[in-house]
Amino acid sequence: MVVRPAWKYSLRAVALGYLALLLLAPVVFIFIKTFEHGFSTAWDYVTTPAAISAFWLSVLIAAIAVPLNTIFGVGTAMVLVRSKTRGRKILDALIDIPFVVSPVIIGLSLILVYGLHGWFGSWFIDRGIPIIFNPLGMILATVFVSLPFCVREVAPVLMEVGTEQEQAAATLGASSGQTFWRITLPSIRNGVAYGVVLTTARALGEIGAVAVVSSNVLGSTVSLPLLVKYRTQVPGPGGVSAAYATGTELAVMSLIVLVAMTLLAPQRKDAR
Amino acid sequence: MRIDAEAINKRFGEDFVALDDVTLAVPEGSLTALLGPSGSGKSTLLRIMAGLETPDSGVIKIAGNDVTRARPQERGIGFVFQHYAAFAHMTVRDNVAFGLKIRKRPKADVRAKVDELLDLVGLTQWGGQRPHQLSGGQRQRMALARALAIEPRVLLLDEPFGALDANVRAELRRWLRRLHDEQHVTTVLVTHDQEEAMEVSDTIAVMNKGRIEQVGSPQEVYDAPATDFVMSFLGPISTVAGKLVRPHDISLSHTPAGGDVRATVKRVVHLGFEVRIELAMDDGKTARVQLTRAQTAELGLSEGQEVYVHPPASKVIGRADEHQEAVLAASDDDTLSEAVA
Repeated sequence: MVVRPAWKYSLRAVALGYLALLLLAPVVFIFIKTFEHGFSTAWDYVTTPAAISAFWLSVLIAAIAVPLNTIFGVGTAMVLVRSKTRGRKILDALIDIPFVVSPVIIGLSLILVYGLHGWFGSWFIDRGIPIIFNPLGMILATVFVSLPFCVREVAPVLMEVGTEQEQAAATLGASSGQTFWRITLPSIRNGVAYGVVLTTARALGEIGAVAVVSSNVLGSTVSLPLLVKYRTQVPGPGGVSAAYATGTELAVMSLIVLVAMTLLAPQRKDAR
Repeated sequence: MRIDAEAINKRFGEDFVALDDVTLAVPEGSLTALLGPSGSGKSTLLRIMAGLETPDSGVIKIAGNDVTRARPQERGIGFVFQHYAAFAHMTVRDNVAFGLKIRKRPKADVRAKVDELLDLVGLTQWGGQRPHQLSGGQRQRMALARALAIEPRVLLLDEPFGALDANVRAELRRWLRRLHDEQHVTTVLVTHDQEEAMEVSDTIAVMNKGRIEQVGSPQEVYDAPATDFVMSFLGPISTVAGKLVRPHDISLSHTPAGGDVRATVKRVVHLGFEVRIELAMDDGKTARVQLTRAQTAELGLSEGQEVYVHPPASKVIGRADEHQEAVLAASDDDTLSEAVA
């Protein structure tokens, strides 16, 4: 198809303008709002005791959910791509549940299972491990909602890489463990890295499922997204402006992970 | 080390019989080609020898030891894949060194061995490059060096030159033959290219539909094919008076002799030294004849001329089974049909 230059450039302008309006503008606006009263004001908002507690809770949630879902994700992707068992199809469908079910419902279902009157709730409570309305429940909820990202990023890469390199490694004497660490993992690392970025972004940003199982007590069960929501409802200087600062804090955290992963797994042209 | 495949059976799914009771002995120090069309089971047989596939029944022995249930790691084999299976994230050096590092050889030994192999395959300059920076021929030489690094007892090559350009392929064939003459590693080469098999190997096992049709030296399988399939797969064929013959074994004359068949010259194609003649036989079939330029000049052949065809004795000494339908249909011959019935 021949497209006249005038058309080509106006199409690009429309596409970019649309994205800018929809995606870039709100994010930039938050940055501007965060620093409109200077850097130190913003810094004060993110260093209140409640904000520091929320920061560490969010870091804790991500620090548990991301490695767990990465290990699970790579393992499950291997099963989905490599195994020929009949359970594979069921597994494939199950993995997408967190994508298709509303996070609020996921939170509610956790209450049903682990709550005071839930199936296993009293068993855990009797042993001094309360889950619902505690950080543990928030971690569980986050693991649940961010579960599919890594699987869905790694599986297609694994498919494309194929099994020939692994077979070659086997004929050269490598055990299956050695083959995994030296051949499989390095060849899918771009997929894993991107999966980690997406999982982290979701783990840090998740609010729906987490809100349901949180007791919403500042300083103990309020993560950064919950703090943003809380602050937007508070009138005065500690309110919306503080929420902007927390929002920027979240964005910066996700950005750091994105940059770190890009450095760890640089894009290569030689996928094969 | 010698390799023995004994009564190997392998099915894929319910219907597809990849290998049907295949028995083959690969003598120590030989370079044996498994030659056949795609789907003939040649790659499956090789992969079963390597342990990359498991046979449904049968036994694989390397150096007389039963390795049927042994994993590829334990067989002491070198395997080369059609599409190189280069480790994309490693340098050429690290690719070649892989097997040695797995075996935890001292670093100095690994370095010396890799240097030696890179020199052998002519990639010394390329040690620090990644595989994607190499040409196809270079990548396959790297894969060969990688397989040879662990000093395998047997070398198994799965269509190693199949993905390469014709001239690179010819060069690598000669190189492989030279390598084999120097190293004497028992080698099995899978190929669908009869010229490649004839040029490189000292023994050819011709495979068709999961069975071995014939095993012999290149001359034996070419000059004394056991079945019509072997005859037709190893070179061009013509059907004259109901017999399968090689086009270059046919002679033509202007005067009839006993057993000669009359035909009309349809086309004369000059291809340098060789001249190909298309004949319309009296029975309505077309036959191809290959003559030298001198022979053609002597006969003074021109299109539309009548000639007498003198076929040699048929070279097929055995009979193919029912899976020879294609050849039989093409020849449409009484004696062959009787043989099948």
